Order: sequence, then structure tokens, then C-alpha cells
Amino acid sequence: MDFTLDKKHEMARNLFKEFAETEVKPLAQEVDETEVFPRETVTKMQKYGFMGIPVPKEYGGQGCDPLTYVMCVEELSKVCGTTGVIVSAHTSLCVDPIMTYGTEEQKQKYVRALATGEKLGAFALTEPGAGTDAQGAQTKAVLDGDEWVLNGSKCFITNGKEADVYIVIAITSITEDKRGRKKKNFSAFIVDKGAPGFSFGTKEKKMGIRGSSTYELIFEDCRIPKDNLLGPEGKGFPIAMHTLDGGRIGIAAQALGIAEGALERAIAYTKERKQFGRSIAQQQNTQFKLADMATRVEAAQLLVYKAAMAKATQKVYSVEAAKAKLFAAETAMAVTTEVVQLFGGYGYIREYDVERMMRDAKITEIYEGTSEVQRMVISGALLK
Amino acid sequence: MKIVVCIKQVPDTKGGVKFNPDGTLDRAAMLAIMNPDDKAGLEAALRIKDETGAEVTVLTMGLPKADDVLREALAMGADNAILVTDRVLGGADTWATSTTIAGALRNIDYDLIITGRQAIDGDTAQVGPQIAEHLGLPVISYAEELRIEGDSVVVKRQYEDRYHELKAKMPCLVTALSELNVPRYMTPGGIFDAYDKEVTVWGRADLKDVDDSNLGLKGSPTKIAKASDKVRKGAGEKVNLDPTESVAYLIGKFKEKHVI
Repeated sequence: MDFTLDKKHEMARNLFKEFAETEVKPLAQEVDETEVFPRETVTKMQKYGFMGIPVPKEYGGQGCDPLTYVMCVEELSKVCGTTGVIVSAHTSLCVDPIMTYGTEEQKQKYVRALATGEKLGAFALTEPGAGTDAQGAQTKAVLDGDEWVLNGSKCFITNGKEADVYIVIAITSITEDKRGRKKKNFSAFIVDKGAPGFSFGTKEKKMGIRGSSTYELIFEDCRIPKDNLLGPEGKGFPIAMHTLDGGRIGIAAQALGIAEGALERAIAYTKERKQFGRSIAQQQNTQFKLADMATRVEAAQLLVYKAAMAKATQKVYSVEAAKAKLFAAETAMAVTTEVVQLFGGYGYIREYDVERMMRDAKITEIYEGTSEVQRMVISGALLK
Repeated sequence: MKIVVCIKQVPDTKGGVKFNPDGTLDRAAMLAIMNPDDKAGLEAALRIKDETGAEVTVLTMGLPKADDVLREALAMGADNAILVTDRVLGGADTWATSTTIAGALRNIDYDLIITGRQAIDGDTAQVGPQIAEHLGLPVISYAEELRIEGDSVVVKRQYEDRYHELKAKMPCLVTALSELNVPRYMTPGGIFDAYDKEVTVWGRADLKDVDDSNLGLKGSPTKIAKASDKVRKGAGEKVNLDPTESVAYLIGKFKEKHVI
């Protein structure tokens, strides 16, 4: 077992780091303050292939592996959680399911445009009455001749309105089990922005990742071609769950990046900040806190990288992804909270990055499966 | 069209320069990067490649670990890479370096050679023009703009207070300023491809028409008496005044210091 990165991954990390420092960091505060989607940054990331890192070259991607993609989200999130999640939602939740379940025609039509960054992707599962319990979903799709007709709404959709392509999960039938209980059967669909009957509702005002565009999607007799069914009819739920397994690795990387970014700032700040005639880094309290945070961050990184490697080599990686996301998200929250404390009053001021990082960290414990859901996945596998 | 870009791996001086006790550079303690002027030269070559489909070869002389900057150049879009490395070439000054690089260049076809103006570790600006001299090529140094016109290059050559626009028929050599452009980033896929490519490695035996007496430390006429980091200036004084007040304040300070 070797825990060192090989040269090409090391060089890829340097690339992401340099890009993040030069192109993303200077805009992070403004993006948070104004809640404006960083389109300019997305265009630059498109130019350099960041929107299709794990996608094979024949579909317009970079032909790299999940680990490289994870390092990209990690480095971007070190300086800006918003930018990290834009890449993560696009890659893990939209490009990946089409690559995994799409027909050759769907891959040629959609993956190519998404991987080159010409189009941006999003994923829509959550509904007002259906979060962790997907069975509460109401959005339906009915086949009418050569078209599917979608009705219902989705909420909290990352990259909403900004994205061009949406993976939408909708009920296509309801069956009864032996005991007469009704079960909703879902299917996955690819919906283009601009499809008749597809519109956007309210933009959410959020605590963190404020530049990420989070919208409600509304489907009113929305008609899409029959061929836009993704994967087999009735398999939407397993498709969504498998997609989220990948997504969780992306969010784990985002959380990891936020924690690392906060820790880096704490190291720099505590060396500079003087109290009682010496830097606070010379106080043992600070030193022990930094040591604990660094240990925890590295443990999170190992879990995240392990999950990324599992995605590259295994068919099923739900548990690895759940552990990585659970630990990285809780690390991000704990580390950013501690770093704000180390910064004292300055940590509470919006001018300093760590205040934003603490707000950005919270969502990683909630979206793409709450920490409680991750515990369900992990314990479920243990007690199987 | 064939372009060769000569690049150098240098210690990143951004975080200050570190020395060994004997006064030589502590390269191990500093991050190694592609010399900024060379990177601008590579970007210029890649832009010509984007427009005309030119073939771009990068060449470096250095330790085996200089392979890193060649991979970086490949990941940015260069087509071929050559590493000139040999123990007998170590400790070379500008004369021995340019002799070596010219010896390597005699093995390959080129229309245009681009080098950086100077490396941030030595700051001599001598190697580029010396290579041209060894190869009997015209040289245009300090390029802040560069374009191809038929069989010639047109270069805007920078001076402190003006510029010259010069045209030279290829083959020729141009030395690039970092102001020439903003170099592109690598791409993730480019990096993966770069590590699948072969880097050509040449030693002393592969150098053409060079004499041993002009190579390595022994062939280096330059003797360095002493090297030191720049003396750090104090933090200075910051004042927050409106324009009128600040002018008055400055004048006062100048008078106080007998500047005026």
C-alpha cells in the first residue's frame, strides 16, 4: 500500500491549486456577497477541461480518473465552496449517470456537450415533500405517443436555471405489493432547458455556497422526446441512488477542501496574530487545536481518496462514499467552527474568509444525503 | 513549421531565495518551476501552433528531475520533449550551457528557436543570444510581441522607453519576455497524456560539434565570487490622506530628508 500520489496526479493537483488561487480565490468573497453565479469562472474551467475530467476522451472528456476529479473539487473548494459544488453537481450528478446508463446516442448528444463544458448539468430528485424519503415524491411522467409528459416540481436544485441539461427523477407507475401497499416506481429522464412546460420557480436564498444557483424546477405538461428516458423504465430509483453514491464522493471532496482551506488560513493567522506579547501559534491551546484539526483533515482526505479509488475500480462503492462524505462533512463543520474561534472577533467578520467557510461547510452535512442518511447506509451494510 | 523552445527548471524565488552554507543555491529547499520567461516563450510557440499547426519541441538541459518541466510543457500542448542531462555537463556557466544546447540543437530541424530572455536564478540573459551565435543565426531579444509573416518572424523588441519592430527571416532565434503573453494552464487530460509520452534523453555523446573543453564546470570561464539574496527593504510608512494632504505630506518628508 502506497499513500503517495504519482507524478501525474501530483501535477494535476498543482494545476488545480494554481487555477484556484489565481482565478477563483480573488472572486470568492464577491461571489458569496452578491450571490451571483460565477459564470466567468465556469467558462474558464470549461476552456481547461475541468467540466469533464473523469469522462473518456471519445466523449469529449479529459480521460482522467475519479481521483483527479476529486482533487479538482477539493482544490477549488479550498478557496470557494460555491465553485467546488458547481463542478461536483455537474460532473457527478449529470454527466456520470448519462455515461453510466445512457444509450450511445444519449452519450454522443449529451455527454460530449457536457464534458467539453459547452453545456452545464444538474440533477433533480428532491421535492418539497420528498427529501431523504424519496417515496414522498409527487412528480409524474406519463408516456403520450412519442413523448413523455412531466408534471410536478423539484426543489433545492443545484445549478438550477444556469444548467442546460437536467436529470429528472419522476414516477412512471404505481404498483401494489402483496399486502396491498402502494409503491411508486420511478424513472430517470434527461430534460433540456427550454423544453415546453419546463420553467424555474423561486431562487433559494441560502446560508452558504451563496453563488451556487439553487432553484425550484416546475414541470407543467412538460413534453420531452420518448428517447430521453435514461436507463430502463422503472429503474429511476436505483439510478438515482447509484448517482448519489458518486455525488457523495464529490461533496466529500468539497467538504475536505473547505476544511483544508480553513486550516491553512488558521495556520497563517495564528502565526501573525499577537496576544500577550507573542503569536497565538505559540500558545499550546492553539498548537493542540491545529494538531487535532490537521489529523482529522488528513483522515478525511484518506477516506475521500479511498472512495475515489473505489469508484474507479469497483461497481458498488456506496459504503466508501458514505463514510467519506460523513467524515469529511463533519470534519469541515468542526474545523471551520474551530478556526472561526481561533480567529476570535475577526473570524466573525465577513471580510475574513473563514466566516464564509463555516457557512459553506454546513451544507455538506445536509445535501446529497444528510449525515444521518450516511449513517443509515454504513450501518445498513454492517448489519446486513 | 518547426519551433524549438528552450526551457529551464528554476527554483521559485517568490518565497525568497535559500542558500547552502557554501553560498550556492539550496535548490532542494525551493520549489522547482518552469522559468517564467521561458513559459511565455512556450506560450508564444503554442499560439503559433494553434494558428498554423506548427510542431513544437521543448528542450532543456538539467538534472534528471528537469523531466518535470518537460512534462509540464507537454501538458500545455508541446509535441516533443528533449532532456539533455549528463554528469559531465554539470556546473555549467552561460558559455558551457549555450555550447551544450547548441550541440543538441544541431541534431534537429527547426525554423524558429525561442528561449526566455533570462532565468530567474541567474538573471544573465546571455544563453539565448549565445546559442544563436554558436549556430550562426540572427537573434532578436526582448520580444514583447511576436508574429509569423510568411517565412519571417516580426518581433516587437522592448526597450526601457520605446520598442523596435524587427523582422528576421527564419531560421532565427527570439528571446521572450514574460510580458509577451499570459501562458495557458495545462489541462488534466494533457497531464495524463504527457506522462504517457516519451521524453528523449541525450547525454554528452549526443551533442554535435562541441569540444569537451567548453562543457561543464571545467569549460566554464565564469567564476562566482559571492552570491546573496536581495537586501530586504523595511515595510515603509503607510498614511491615509486625501490627495492634497498627501502631496503636502510627501513634500514635507522630502524636505526633511533633503531630497528636495
